[in-house]
Amino acid sequence: MSEAVSALNGASFAGLARVEETGLGGMITLRGDFTSAGFQAAVKAATGCAVPELRKITIADRGAVAWMSPDELLLLVDYAEAEAVTASLAEDLAGEHHMAVNVSDARACFTVSGAAAREVIAKVAPVDLAPGQFAPGDFRRTRFAQVAAAFWLDEADVFHIVCFRSVAAYMFNLLSTAAHPQAQVGVYS
Amino acid sequence: MLILQCPYCGVTAEETELHAGGEAHLKRFGPGSSDDDFHDYLFMRENPRGIHLERWRHVSGCGKWFHAARCTQTLEVFGTYSAQTTEPPQQIKDAISAKRPGWSWRDVSG
Repeated sequence: MSEAVSALNGASFAGLARVEETGLGGMITLRGDFTSAGFQAAVKAATGCAVPELRKITIADRGAVAWMSPDELLLLVDYAEAEAVTASLAEDLAGEHHMAVNVSDARACFTVSGAAAREVIAKVAPVDLAPGQFAPGDFRRTRFAQVAAAFWLDEADVFHIVCFRSVAAYMFNLLSTAAHPQAQVGVYS
Repeated sequence: MLILQCPYCGVTAEETELHAGGEAHLKRFGPGSSDDDFHDYLFMRENPRGIHLERWRHVSGCGKWFHAARCTQTLEVFGTYSAQTTEPPQQIKDAISAKRPGWSWRDVSG
């Protein structure tokens, strides 16, 4: 099989915040009934995480699970394992109404870190990013300027962003422009 | 700016994160219906100045369709509610009645 590469091959930009494309990430879209015990067990087996609360992400050593909608989760796993995890999910959920699809190659992942990270995101997304309003573990699907995206904040105050691979270059340019050294607003500082 | 709360994910979403889906609670007339019913289903829409019930989709968020009750004249929002219903729930009707006593919309009234 050919060697998989991420959309921007790890491009990075340092300005008000550090913008980085984080390379290949394993992502599985899983739809089903969150309240079902079998579904919860399958999610746990696949990632080591519990099904997250509304608009939250749960993170464990092996992976993470994000709340996408009332019947959809995004499972984040190691890229190399995504195919195998998808197969085992399908096996675990054989008797249940569900859908598990490996979407790793359809996506691009970015991080935005640094003191002005909140401000950089706030410039491009219609989300309240005041420190009390968006906290580590929160997950949000929204738009970044003109493209759909989802993001979350981890315990180290780093924002992680996922978007479609086809708009990866747009996303990188957008975040880099928002993080331009002379573009400081200082709204959260 | 119109701001609606998505009843599925709880996000207070502003207009740019949403997509308008037209009038709410349309009853479909399909094959076998009379020409008049089909014509009305296809073309006849409310266009009120005042109370309006609409469909919206949280397109950049959780992707779900929902309903909203609002005033087209003042942009006041009375509430949002689930898409899995053929008429507004009582609490939405009450919220409208509290502000606009005697209101009606199609065959719905407080």
